[in-house]
Amino acid sequence: MSWWPFRKKPEAGPRAADAPPGDAASAAGQGPPLETEREAPAPVPEEEAVGALGLLTRGLRKTAAGLKQLLGLRRAIDEAFLAELEVKMYEADFGPDTVAALLDDVRAAWRAETLRESGQIAPFLQERLRAQLQAKDTQLVRAPSGPTVILVCGVNGTGKTTSIAKLARWLAARGDKVVLAAGDTFRAAATEQLQIWSRRIGLPLVTGGARSDPASVAYSACERALAEQADYLIVDTAGRLHTQANLMRELEKIRRVIAGRIPGAPHETLLVLDATTGQNAVNQADAFHRAVALTGLVMAKLDGTAKGGILVTLHNRFRIPVKFVGLGEKVEDIAEFSAERYVQALFA
Amino acid sequence: MFEAISRRFAQIAGRVWQRQRITAANIDAVLGEIRTALLGADVAIGVVTEFLAGIKSEALGAQVTKGVTSGQEFVYIVYKKLVELMGGGAPAPGQAPALVVRRAERPPTVIVMAGLQGSGKTTTCGKLARYLRDKDGRTPLLVAADIQRPAAVDQLQVIGDQLSIPVWREEGRTAVQIAERGVAEARARNLDTAIIDTAGRLHIDEQMMREVSAIARAVSPHEILLVCDAMTGQDAVRSARAFDEQLALTGVVLTKLDGDARGGAALSVKAVTGKPIRFVGVGEHLDRLEPFHADRMASRILGMGDVVSLVEKAREQVSAEEQERLLEKMVQDKFDLNDFLDQIERVQRMGSFKEILGMVPGLGHQLDGLPDSEEEIKGAKAIVQSMTRAERRNPEILNTSRRERIARGSGRSMSEVNDLLSQFKQLRKIVGQFSEAGGRGPFGKLKSLANLKKMMRPERLSEMMHSMLADGKRPAAKAAAKPEIDKQALRKKRKEERRRKKRGR
Repeated sequence: MSWWPFRKKPEAGPRAADAPPGDAASAAGQGPPLETEREAPAPVPEEEAVGALGLLTRGLRKTAAGLKQLLGLRRAIDEAFLAELEVKMYEADFGPDTVAALLDDVRAAWRAETLRESGQIAPFLQERLRAQLQAKDTQLVRAPSGPTVILVCGVNGTGKTTSIAKLARWLAARGDKVVLAAGDTFRAAATEQLQIWSRRIGLPLVTGGARSDPASVAYSACERALAEQADYLIVDTAGRLHTQANLMRELEKIRRVIAGRIPGAPHETLLVLDATTGQNAVNQADAFHRAVALTGLVMAKLDGTAKGGILVTLHNRFRIPVKFVGLGEKVEDIAEFSAERYVQALFA
Repeated sequence: MFEAISRRFAQIAGRVWQRQRITAANIDAVLGEIRTALLGADVAIGVVTEFLAGIKSEALGAQVTKGVTSGQEFVYIVYKKLVELMGGGAPAPGQAPALVVRRAERPPTVIVMAGLQGSGKTTTCGKLARYLRDKDGRTPLLVAADIQRPAAVDQLQVIGDQLSIPVWREEGRTAVQIAERGVAEARARNLDTAIIDTAGRLHIDEQMMREVSAIARAVSPHEILLVCDAMTGQDAVRSARAFDEQLALTGVVLTKLDGDARGGAALSVKAVTGKPIRFVGVGEHLDRLEPFHADRMASRILGMGDVVSLVEKAREQVSAEEQERLLEKMVQDKFDLNDFLDQIERVQRMGSFKEILGMVPGLGHQLDGLPDSEEEIKGAKAIVQSMTRAERRNPEILNTSRRERIARGSGRSMSEVNDLLSQFKQLRKIVGQFSEAGGRGPFGKLKSLANLKKMMRPERLSEMMHSMLADGKRPAAKAAAKPEIDKQALRKKRKEERRRKKRGR
């Protein structure tokens, strides 16, 4: 896609599609043949110089298309226009509550004649959203001493393992010592997936056997992180639907075991959300928050056409800050969340 | 499944049903409620608009002939439109559903699975292979052509091993080559179905689209199924459309419906692609894949229950005599803890308790808090098994010291014992409603136990459902079951009860 320059170069990422036949990794069970390509921490790509705003803007350009197109028109505001605006906001997954609230604001301002034509709406909405999304603690917490433990959870298929790889690399790239724990002992080959990532990034990984107790993996990982005096320990967990009570209790147990070994841990409990998820994200956040007291959200796959508008609703509802956004398939494609940038990118 | 949307719909339908009359003056208010319910459930906004317009014109059209649309008729119109929206006309009563997955004249039948990252493609490949082998007598081969995601091939291998279904995997080849050679392998080994797992990405990714199109061209599949996460929001239609343009899909598999996804994707995907939903994934385990029935889903969404699916499930587990015995007990209000235990054990094999009971008309939303997970069921079993026979038969005698003994004996806490007993009471109350004349829920014909028994024969049920909905008349009147006054008294009583409960809070 033209707005996503990384993928134009087939050799760019570890996910380049048709790897040449006869590529090195031929040993059984080695997975994708690309594994040998990346052993050391990936170099910071040039594009990162553009900054996270660039990444986010590119990622959200599609997102913005609908809203921007409409708001770019120089037209007088009338009911027909507001109806169209409503449609665009729904398409961004803002959801009924947020759409109704924003639309009420717009309508009130229009009646009061502070808003007259469409060009004024983008700045107006940006202002509202920025105010709503403002949060103090969007930065990753650091434990006062000892390893900072990050527990990562989410429903199946949101991108937990990939987000962990990205986060680990991001921390390693800024000089932190990171240990990973393969706490997803349920899904077939989940441990292997994290193993491949850990080797690519060059980080130690603590694993248990298949179907072993994830809490025990977490425990050994705590030991390892303490022994190696790591700065960060990131614990992966199996994807679980938030409606499955026993699996939610398993997660609580993992949390308890970590807290038992390292007082004050986990310092961060992150919920990974798929940006394409709709209103169900509210239920997810609610259930996970009740089970393990979330400290932050990671919005994965925000580089698609999905607009992640649910983030606004979540923020208003739970006051859990978004800490990171996933913006692509390569291990570098992650950025710290900034309300300012997100809102700008939404309408850029 | 579809909990939130069906709760909203059931409320609306119930109210409309009772209101009796839909007029040009009040239709917009009702449609507005439906709109909010659908949008809150992530149904694509374009689809919502069209859906409501369809209902409106039909409802007002019906008025032209009769003056007004009755509430029931309105609900029926919504039901009909829902079925249309999700999958076209329901098969007539007694008619067998169409073949779920095509069979090639010259095997192997080739099925390509496509979808976004994280939608559940690899797991669904395994589930589909198992379904086709066990329910359709086929011999599948799984082809691991997702060489993008780290360890995806291993994942498919593990799934294949668990199911004892062969997996074709190769290193150092392109996805297209693997797919082609996999199909050739199936032919050579006389396996009649090849299921090809492909790489998932974001649909904006041209490279993935090219790859999966190349695979499709190379193996000329008989089925191209899009795997779609039921929790997806408005993006569902965008991605479904993009895939359909590239691949000419033949159907959709909706995954993760075991959560509380509101199913908006299901309601939208068919509408924008015209491709039917073939299967739904309803659990993590590899046997949790079911064919999708638009008509059943529509009645479930409207809170009319899904007795046909319930009966089918129950048949696999419970013999006719056992059913008879249990119903007998329900009528006589003798449902005791022994039955409770027996039922949870059975249900454990059928699926979750709530899921099963959710299919019973009018019960769907009264079941919060019942033991659901395997672990909870294990706990419940331990507790009941620590009771004496007398206690099981007559839980009223369970005083504190008995409860303490049971807690000690089962290794559970007192509060767990108490929880179980209150859950049991709740269930018994619900079960009791079967025997109580009048039952509950707005759907007259589904009320009394006598009817329920008749309904245990699926062909009877769909017949009834059709007649009940099609004639649009108040079914109870036709059946001449109860005088009007009874109903009103009942309604009053219920209102009274609700009020009492509120005060009690």
